[in-house]
Amino acid sequence: MTLSTISGWGNYPKQKSQLLTPPSQDELKAIIIKENGLIARGMGRSYGDSANAPKVLRTTFYDHFIEFDEVTGRLTAEAGITLREILGVIVPKGWFLPVTPGTSYVTLGGAIASDVHGKNHHIAGTFGQHVNSMIMVLGTGEVVTVSPSSYGDLFHATCGGMGLTGVIISATIQLIPIRSSLIKQKTIKADCIEDVCEAFENNINVTYSVAWIDCLAKGKRLGRSILILGEHAKSGSLDLVIKDPISVPLNAPTALLNYLTMKTFNSAYWHGAKHNQNRLVPLMPYFYPLDAIGSWNKMYGKAGFLQYQFVIPKAGGVANMRRLLEEIAKTGLGSFLAVLKQFSNANKNLLSFPTEGYTLALDFKLTETTIKTLHRLDELIVEMGGRVYLTKDAVMQEATFKATYHNWEVFESVRKNYGAIGKFSSEQSKRLGLA
Amino acid sequence: MKKVLIIGATSAIADHCARIWAARGYELFLVARNEERLQTILADLKVRGAVKVNKFCVDINCIDQHVELLNSAESTMSGVDIVLLAHGTLSNQESCEQSVEETMGEIQTNALSTISLLTLIANRFETRKLGTIAVISSVAGDRGRASNYVYGSAKAMVTVFTSGLRQRLFKSNVSVVTVKPGFVDTPMTADFKKGLLWVKPSLIANKIVRAVDRRRSEIYAPAFWFLVMIIIKIVPMWIFKRMRRF
Ligand SMILES: Cc1cc2nc3c(=O)[nH]c(=O)nc-3n(C[C@H](O)[C@H](O)[C@H](O)COP(=O)(O)OP(=O)(O)OC[C@H]3O[C@@H](n4cnc5c(N)ncnc54)[C@H](O)[C@@H]3O)c2cc1C
Ligand SMILES: NC(=O)c1ccc[n+]([C@@H]2O[C@H](COP(=O)([O-])OP(=O)(O)OC[C@H]3O[C@@H](n4cnc5c(N)ncnc54)[C@H](OP(=O)(O)O)[C@@H]3O)[C@@H](O)[C@H]2O)c1
Repeated sequence: MTLSTISGWGNYPKQKSQLLTPPSQDELKAIIIKENGLIARGMGRSYGDSANAPKVLRTTFYDHFIEFDEVTGRLTAEAGITLREILGVIVPKGWFLPVTPGTSYVTLGGAIASDVHGKNHHIAGTFGQHVNSMIMVLGTGEVVTVSPSSYGDLFHATCGGMGLTGVIISATIQLIPIRSSLIKQKTIKADCIEDVCEAFENNINVTYSVAWIDCLAKGKRLGRSILILGEHAKSGSLDLVIKDPISVPLNAPTALLNYLTMKTFNSAYWHGAKHNQNRLVPLMPYFYPLDAIGSWNKMYGKAGFLQYQFVIPKAGGVANMRRLLEEIAKTGLGSFLAVLKQFSNANKNLLSFPTEGYTLALDFKLTETTIKTLHRLDELIVEMGGRVYLTKDAVMQEATFKATYHNWEVFESVRKNYGAIGKFSSEQSKRLGLA
Repeated sequence: MKKVLIIGATSAIADHCARIWAARGYELFLVARNEERLQTILADLKVRGAVKVNKFCVDINCIDQHVELLNSAESTMSGVDIVLLAHGTLSNQESCEQSVEETMGEIQTNALSTISLLTLIANRFETRKLGTIAVISSVAGDRGRASNYVYGSAKAMVTVFTSGLRQRLFKSNVSVVTVKPGFVDTPMTADFKKGLLWVKPSLIANKIVRAVDRRRSEIYAPAFWFLVMIIIKIVPMWIFKRMRRF
């Protein structure tokens, strides 16, 4: 038995792991029946330890399309296929993903297991809400087809269930029609957090909206942001240009990303943006700007970094966000990128992250103080009635999880009913006190 | 539109080659032994835009079926322009050392079956004076090492055989491409410790397709393995034999 070192996208924590690569469904079943403490692993784009375990089941060789109905936009594919591969096939035919995260290098299974959201959460909800059905291998080795109407409890535990209910081997999703591969983009500059939240509200009918926020700005300028709105263009070609990324091959010297460079970058970005600018931009750079640079995560050096995304309820949300931003600015940690979004209502999936309110995602270089700071922020967020996104988390404490993911006990009982307990677990699930 | 015959079509590397060829609109004839996985790949290629894909299920060690297999490919596609031989098994060196039968079996799968196919294909292409034969050998065939010399010697046979074949067929306008991959992350190498030198099968597939386009003779994939193997080959035998098993 040989062990390889793996980690999530944040390069922290690292894990010695046996990588299991069953080439067929039968071999997958055999492994699941025999082994314990397994977790499915797709592209490893979750930031922390969600896809880490002493034994991981790699799904990336299950990357085949099964069926694509070009008339109805219904797509069935194996769970290890990446959204990037899917886009290459569907966009030229006039279809697009109903929900997409900020990187195309994630698997279909990963998108379901994290119940990911995109810039259109306020309109389309999460990825899981567009899944018609999926085929899973359970802890018993049984293969079942689950949908909202058949094995509904398992379906709602699996969408957002972080791989803890079983292994998704294929899924059918409903795509949305598009008439062009271009996006009509509009940028709006906002001087402070209050202004940007108001701008979100004023543009609630726009399909895509997200704000980049300068989290190093203080005082009056606290929360100054650039709100980026987007709609699919109504006409134009459906051509899709998918370029290979330029790569950052080695870990950058840690000094490269320090407070000063970050402040300079953020400030330059803010001043460089134009208010009320309208542009037509191609789909790939609009949705996946970071995908242009391969392994940009190595910019943070060997020690890695932590991504932190939380949501706080809408009621009192603006004032609370100001308070959290002040807290973050005070620590001087600084985040190279900070992204703000508005969420609409939560769905029925038991561990799904989004709830109505404001969500902020930040990344912090890893140090002793970072972890302490995040635990302090966690406390504030619990008080405010919010929660932290599991697929980005590497350090949350059990109590925080149990206080904020109110359905965790129901989730555990579903896992128990379907033979998942003991079979499937990740370093994260152990940390969070799931059986 | 070219017509491609792929032997060992369920191989991760071959699968990615097929995707590239399918996207170009080539017609494909896929041969492998696992019916279910072959069907999965076939359906996938269709969604990716393949115009025509056919399949043929056979254990490649059934040498007596090779003629039928080739006939079937030629008649189904009315001709074959490119052949890719990709099947293989990564021998378990330690258990081979204890079993003549297993060792012979490995040589059979990784060398003899390939030699049989190459012999038949070469004659057909030679008569037509056209075609490209690509064979996946391995860097392991460049020098026998204690840790995998059964697999390595089978691949060495393939490398030497294709080298001779290339020379013979040159005047008939048939090109023979020998591909020597290094470490590729596929189900074959599931039990290996993965690190910096490992690449994805899609990368190797890109290189194979390009080498076929350009009718190259021998490629290392990725190219740096050329240097690595020079160094490994250059080590004098009196040192080499004393080196730790690797
Ligand atoms: C640059 C970047 C931008 C991002 N932007 C967003 C965003 O905008 N919105 C958002 O919601 N997320 C975002 N993410 C997070 C990302 O979408 C999720 O972490 C996603 O789950 C990663 O998919 P993966 O295939 O890499 O899964 P992995 O990281 O390999 O696994 C993630 C989880 O899914 C489980 N899983 C994976 N495959 C299966 C399967 N077949 N069956 C069962 N369980 C499975 C794993 O067990 C694990 O718990 C972003 C990440 C990056 C790196
Ligand atoms: N991966 C590497 O690091 C590496 C390095 C150098 C060279 N190579 C060579 O690259 C080629 C492709 O391998 P891969 O890495 O893509 O591994 P792979 O995915 O395991 O492919 C090997 C394929 O060979 C098939 N096969 C084995 N025995 C067969 C038989 N008797 N009849 C029919 N098909 C048979 C297997 O089919 P089943 O699924 O039915 O068993 C499998 O599809 C092989 O020749 C290999 O030696 C690989």
